Parts: sequence; C-alpha cells; structure tokens
Amino acid sequence: MPKHEIHPDQWIDLYADYLFNYTITRVNDREIAQDLVQDTFFAGLKSMKNFKGEASERTWLVSILKRKIIDHYRKINSNKGKAEVRVQYNDTETEGNWLEERIADPFDKTAEDSMQNTELGNAIHNCLSKLPYKQASVFKMKTILNYETEVICNELNITASNLWVIIHRARTAMADCLKENWF
Amino acid sequence: MSKKINIFIPCDEANHICDKSQYNEANIWEKLKLTLHLAICKACRRYSKNNGKLTKSIKKSHVDCLTPECKEIMKKELEQALKTKEN
Repeated sequence: MPKHEIHPDQWIDLYADYLFNYTITRVNDREIAQDLVQDTFFAGLKSMKNFKGEASERTWLVSILKRKIIDHYRKINSNKGKAEVRVQYNDTETEGNWLEERIADPFDKTAEDSMQNTELGNAIHNCLSKLPYKQASVFKMKTILNYETEVICNELNITASNLWVIIHRARTAMADCLKENWF
Repeated sequence: MSKKINIFIPCDEANHICDKSQYNEANIWEKLKLTLHLAICKACRRYSKNNGKLTKSIKKSHVDCLTPECKEIMKKELEQALKTKEN
C-alpha cells in the first residue's frame, strides 16, 4: 500500500471546506467553526511527525478536528449548571413533570432528517473534492455561497460565458457523482 | 424566409438555460424556449431532471463552505506558522 504523504501547504485548498462543513454541522456557528478548522491545521502542523501515512491526510486531520470539537464543548460546559438541561415553567398551570415530555415526539422528524442531510452534505463534499480545483471553487461560490455572477467573474478574472461553461461542467460532474447514491 | 423565429434552440443553449434557471437567472422567454426544447429532446430532459435534483440536494443538505477571503486569511496564517516551524 502506498504511504500517504503530508503537504501542509495544500491543506487549505484541499480540506478546509470539507472540515468546515464537518464542523458547522456540529457547532452551528461559522466563526467558531472557522477557528476550530484553523486550530486543527495548526495542531496538525505541530504533530506532523506523528503522521504515519497509514490513513489519508484528510482522515488524519478529521481525527484531530474531532478532538478539537470535543474540547470546544468541554470548554463551554466547564461552568457547572450550564451543561444541565432545564425546562422552565413560569406559571403554576403548566408546572410539573409531564409524562408527555419524556417520550419521543412521533411527529419530530428533524433528528432523522438532519442525520440524512449531514450524510448528503458529506457526499456532496466528497464529490466536490473530485472536481478540478477551479471548477470546484466556481461551483461553490455560485451554488453554496450564492455569490452574484459578476462578483465571481471579478474575483477570478473570468468572463460570464466562461463562468457558465465551468458551471455546466461542474454540474454535469456533480450530478454524475451523486447519481449513484442520492438521486 | 429571412426572419426566422428562433423558437427551436440547439441542445447546448437549452442546457445553458437550464443551468441559469437553477439560479433563477433565466427569463420567461428563455424558459419557454427550454420547455419547448425539452418536449422534443430526451437527452436534455435527462440533464434537466438531474440538474434540478442537484439543486434540490444542495439546498436540502445545507452544505456550507468557507468564503475565498476566509481561506486567503487562513492560508497566510498557516504559511506564517510553517515558516516559524522551519526556522
């Protein structure tokens, strides 16, 4: 099996978006997520010599990121009492321990849905990482960040028709890639 | 007939309109031309269908990514850290 090598100078281009998406589904805050991803890169840099090349770079970085996310939750929960879940009742009418509240709400499908959506999100990022770099970045700016065509054209110094050709190629490749499992 | 009404469009144009309409950037005239084209072209119907599914999937999954500006900043910080590590 070929050994995986480590190239920190390409980390941001290759993995930043994947790791960021991974984090944001778990912490729900863009700024915190960005900080955690950057912390992960720094930590990776520090422990580069521990990278044995058995797993891929991305898997290795994800394992660091997981620890960073746990640390983050430990930190915000370190003040006792904040970690407890408390239901507040302010009037005597609703006060008490209601049995209805202890069972799962059969109409609450959000947990399952969000789990499926996280998986779909991972699949999308996996497909994105197979695209050529330029296609991926144009597609992300247009489709995920919802940038205006003009803004993208200015930033990347391309014409509008150029952009649409890139978008078309990216969309075709993305649809092909997702088709097997998701469509 | 010198003035032909351009109601039948080639496939690449149909696909281009289809792409645009994924971002709500196709106007009503373009949409009409696309609909007409889809009525007669199976390959474009397939592309159109998958394209729509892709748009829906992305919306549904709430995927997120970093802005290019963010990445630029992160890159600079990481480069700095790399340099100090090497020295």
